Amino acid sequence: MAVFGGQRHRYDNPSLPPGQFLTDSFPVLSAGPTPSIAADDWEFTIRTETGKTRRWNWAQFMALPSEDITVDIHCVTSWSKLGTGWRGVSLDTLFDGVETGFEFVMAHSYGGYTTNLPLEEVLAGRAWIAHEYDGKKLAPEHGGPARLLIPHLYFWKSAKWVRGLVMQDKNAPGFWERNGYNLHGDPWREERYA
Amino acid sequence: MTRTAMGWFTGSLVNAHPLTESARSITFAVPGWTGNAAGQHVDVRLTAPDGYQAVRSYSIASVGAGEEIELAIDRLPDGEVSPFLVDDLELGDRVELRGPLGGWFVWRPDQCKPVQLVAGGSGVVPLLAMMRAHTDSGSLAPMRLLYSIRTPDDAFFRDELLRHSSTSPTTWHYSRAVPPGWSRAAGRLTAEDLRVETLPPEQVPLIYICGPTGFVEAVSSGLVELGHSAENIRTERFGGN
Repeated sequence: MAVFGGQRHRYDNPSLPPGQFLTDSFPVLSAGPTPSIAADDWEFTIRTETGKTRRWNWAQFMALPSEDITVDIHCVTSWSKLGTGWRGVSLDTLFDGVETGFEFVMAHSYGGYTTNLPLEEVLAGRAWIAHEYDGKKLAPEHGGPARLLIPHLYFWKSAKWVRGLVMQDKNAPGFWERNGYNLHGDPWREERYA
Repeated sequence: MTRTAMGWFTGSLVNAHPLTESARSITFAVPGWTGNAAGQHVDVRLTAPDGYQAVRSYSIASVGAGEEIELAIDRLPDGEVSPFLVDDLELGDRVELRGPLGGWFVWRPDQCKPVQLVAGGSGVVPLLAMMRAHTDSGSLAPMRLLYSIRTPDDAFFRDELLRHSSTSPTTWHYSRAVPPGWSRAAGRLTAEDLRVETLPPEQVPLIYICGPTGFVEAVSSGLVELGHSAENIRTERFGGN
């Protein structure tokens, strides 16, 4: 009988959620081709139940205060990457002045991707629209020009090529959530699959 | 019932054979497994004697109902799990399996649109499952595979792919070395290769691409430039960058 040994330097790291392993690379997971979006054509919106829409073009977005963010990220396919460095705009900044009675958000991306989120989990310093990774402009295959960054949830929630958030009354599922993945996606509770 | 609550199946190795110098087909008998669709994947969990565990996801090469599943694993040089599965696991040995997983990179026999498959290296595994499902179901949907490998020795399932040629033909592409007498030089897939070797946009095929990240990026953007709608292209990537 073969006895599995394993690479113990990856073991017992308190930063690793259950069932995750460390990687130094940055795997790409996307359901389809990488959309090519020029920053000049990029626009980000937040729409509420009244139909009221707040809108930022690239210049307006980049004029907002950005912050440096160093976080661990966890993919549902079991890799984790610790201490990743990003720069982006907090969703608190973008939601400042937005009035809504709805408790859920659907994120929409260029290319048609969607993912659902509870509003309270993307506020209070827990989520950003990131435009830099590792000190450089965010590459298209990693979601550039800008993507969501929600490090406390599995990384499919950090929608690449994000173009807007739409408030929703119920927690209706997004793309992967309709395709077998968990509605919430907390890596510490291993909420991987539906 | 949730998948997390459903937990893990135990599978024992009932068949294994080498595919290439670095890859092996391994088939597990999995009591309770209820089958899988073509293109789905499975989590494999290994446990060391002291309780240490490692989990990796692999595409499933087999399709349909039944309690056996076949995986085709390529050994990653610095891998933790793949070298064990390729080199060490013996007949009768047990692993834990969770799945089947994934509902997007899937082909089902009731789909009638033309299908273009594009594989890079070991990315052929879920696409082979689609060809098996296509043949098994007697589907009349046109299906073809463009299979890019480095050298002739790197082909997974060559004989089986040739057996599917009347229903789902394979076009072979070699990026580093070609077989003797091959009519063209080795090289990366070009835009012209894609134009000549894949179904044209006018046929509106559903396209499945699986391979290393760089390969999938290049092929998917090349196909979009040829006029395919991004909505008709489904991708599965592996490896980092």
